[in-house]
This record gives sequence, structure tokens and C-alpha cells, in this order.
Amino acid sequence: MIKTDIIIIGAGPVGLFAIFEAGLMKLRCHLIDAIPQPGGQLSEIYPKKPIYDIPGYPSVLAGELVDKLMEQAAPFKPGFTLGERADSIEKQEDGSFVVTTNKGTPHHAPVVMIAGGLGSFEPRKPLIANIGDFEDKGVRYIVKDPDQFEGIDMVISGGGDSALDWAIYFAEKGSFVHLVHRSDRFRAHKDSVSRAHELAAEGKMKLHTFAEVKELKGADSLNAVVIHNKEEQTTVATDLWFPLFGLSPKLGPIGDWGLDIEKNAIVVDTFDYQTNRPGIFAIGDVNTYPGKLKLILCGFHEATLAVQTAYKIINPDKKFTLKYTTVQGVQGFEEQQQKQTVK
Amino acid sequence: MSVDINITVIDREGTEHKFSVPTDMNLNLMEVCKGYELPVEGICGGMAMCASCQVYILTDEHFGERNDDEEAMLDEAYFVERNSRLGCQIPITPGLEGVKVRLAPEAP
Repeated sequence: MIKTDIIIIGAGPVGLFAIFEAGLMKLRCHLIDAIPQPGGQLSEIYPKKPIYDIPGYPSVLAGELVDKLMEQAAPFKPGFTLGERADSIEKQEDGSFVVTTNKGTPHHAPVVMIAGGLGSFEPRKPLIANIGDFEDKGVRYIVKDPDQFEGIDMVISGGGDSALDWAIYFAEKGSFVHLVHRSDRFRAHKDSVSRAHELAAEGKMKLHTFAEVKELKGADSLNAVVIHNKEEQTTVATDLWFPLFGLSPKLGPIGDWGLDIEKNAIVVDTFDYQTNRPGIFAIGDVNTYPGKLKLILCGFHEATLAVQTAYKIINPDKKFTLKYTTVQGVQGFEEQQQKQTVK
Repeated sequence: MSVDINITVIDREGTEHKFSVPTDMNLNLMEVCKGYELPVEGICGGMAMCASCQVYILTDEHFGERNDDEEAMLDEAYFVERNSRLGCQIPITPGLEGVKVRLAPEAP
């Protein structure tokens, strides 16, 4: 069990800054993020985009800001569980919480701060009524362990890099690939597009343009898909379909944690950004309140106020008065204090 | 001198909303819809990443050019039609005078 003072869900800019503010109050943090690297959207989606509204930085690249926040948080020796999504939360008898990830890793702390941003990114699923019947029984939204599919004939849908790259990969490994795309423009890399056309000419791939998979057939598992284009419907016998339509942000399992939700965001009290469940806070883009602005700098403010109440929850008998870093400097923690024990 | 333009947005229930919108505020259509509290989420904040502001342009002359990011997003989004655009990628300019759009259905 990983034990800490504050479990922070989401390692984006606001979660990272919360480590610093908590650290000033001698509170330790452990972060959980579904993405295998810290930085959230800033690292994953727009690392090379400049941000202009961070006070003191006329312009800073998103990726650089993440590096700086990591550096600022480093003295406080945060722990990280990356590449795992926080799935469930259980309140303990003493009021503390155990947060468990999709991989079963438990984390224990008296305070939980949700800094989940847009939520977790999940595959965009095609709108086909019976698609749920075939998930993992022929329909796969992510290509994991590609070795197992090499040489198997398949259908891949999508027009982006991912769809094209995998279509080429499998066609070169001896699979016959039907690549289905809604238009005739592939916005993947030019080399990939010409390679796909070559493979099609060699008879290793068939390109279906202005086409969509609209029906799935099979009893226990997938055995055919029906591809519709403008003129006709083609039934392709296959037991493997990869719809690769990118990822879309979803609040995900946090939506079922008994928190007040409004317009896909968690409702908080602006006094301390606590949710309707005492001890659980929500800071940054994931929360909402009257006058909410989804700005990194507002998230920093929210994190700072939230840790004040967190301190009182964790140290009910101690008084804490604000000390300026100009007076005290930053006193980090000696070593990583991860009490990792087997459950 | 700044001009206001008239735009019409049809919501998902079919109700028409007419707005007079300033062109000197650096607004885009997603922000206008949100500002008037239409059910447009704009989850990604205008980076062409979520398609929650998808609209159908009903006045042909206002269709404009989709940019690359927008095209990429619309390749993956739901309920995409020939006249789909992302509201966040449509700046409010005088050229949009009289534009009429309909909100695309909410993504599942």
C-alpha cells in the first residue's frame, strides 16, 4: 500500500503545483495519472505550444512549463503512479481514503485532490448498436501486443497516423488489411500514405474510401463487418476489427465517486475547493463553480487554497500560519518517504 | 469602427436563437454559443480537440475553409456531415453576417 498525506489524481500543471504548495506545509503528495508521463495535456497534446498567461513568463512552451513545475516540486520528493487510471475510492473508518487504480495499485491518504483536467482520454467508439457485444471478441480500440495479430486478415478503420501506421505494419507482416476511411484524404504522414497505396497495388491491402463500417456480424464473436460506401454495402468476413478514431476526454470512473457533477465537471465550494465529500477536493479544469475559468493560473490558486484545508484535516490540532518563501526559503524533504508495503 | 453581425444558431431542440455579436472581441463561434448558454461544451477550450462545438453550416456562402487540425478532428468525430465545422475554428468576422448554423447532436 502506498501511503501519503495527499493523493493527487492527475499529474498536469495544477497537480504538480499542488505538490509544491503542500510541501511548504510539510505535506507529502503522491500523484496518479493514466498517462505514462507527467504534465497532462501540456505534455500529451501541446508540448510545443507557447502559453502566454503564466504570470512572470511572457511566453513559455507547455513542455517547458511542465519541466519547471517538476523542478519546483522536486524538493518535496513526490511519488508517482503513472500509466494507471484512478478507478475507485473507498472511505475508511477513520475518514481517510484508499484510491485503487485500474491495475489494482492501492493508495492510502487522509486527503484526495482531483486535478484530473479534461478527464482521462478514452478511445472514441463507433456508433454501432451491437458493438459492445464484440468488444475484445474481435473489436479492439487499441493495438496492444501486435505480435499476436501478425498474419491475421483484418479490418482497420480511421484516417489518421495510427490507423495508417498499423495498416501498413500488419500488411507488411503478411496480414491482408482492409483500411476503411470516411474520406479519401489521409492526414497521416505523406510517406505512410504512399506506402499504403503501394501495398494496395501489391494486393496486400484494400483501401475503402468514403466508407464506414456500419454493421457487425457474429454469434459469440465477430465474424464479419459490413462496410457502407456511397454506392454499395460490402460484407467482409473477418474476425478482427480495429476502429482507430483517436481518443476523447471523459470524466471516467471519477464520475461515479458520489461527487456532485455539473456539465461534466465536479462542483466545489470556492472557500477551499472541497467537493460535497469532505476530504475530497477538485482543482483545475476538472472543477466548476460560479465564475469558473479554465486557466492554469486559476488552478494554481485553487491548489494553494485547497492545501490549507488539507493541512487542517491532516493536522487537526496544529496551527499553521502562512510563511513567505522569501523569508523561509524552501525546505524540502530529506528522502522519499514511500512506505510501500505488501497489502 | 467595430460592427456587430447577426447570426442564427438552431439548438438541438430545433429552437432558433438570433444573436447580434461584436466582431472586435476576437470571439469564435464556440465562445459565442457558450456565452449565450447554449449547450455547447467546448471541453478542449478551442484547440480543435474534442468536437463538442461541432455545427452544421446552413448558409453555403459561410462555409469557409476547414483548417488541418479541424479536418483531423472531424475525421474522427461523430455525426459529421458535408457541412460540418468546429465552432471554435470559426472566428467571428464581418464576413459571417447572416450566418445560420445548427448544433450537431451531442457525442455519446
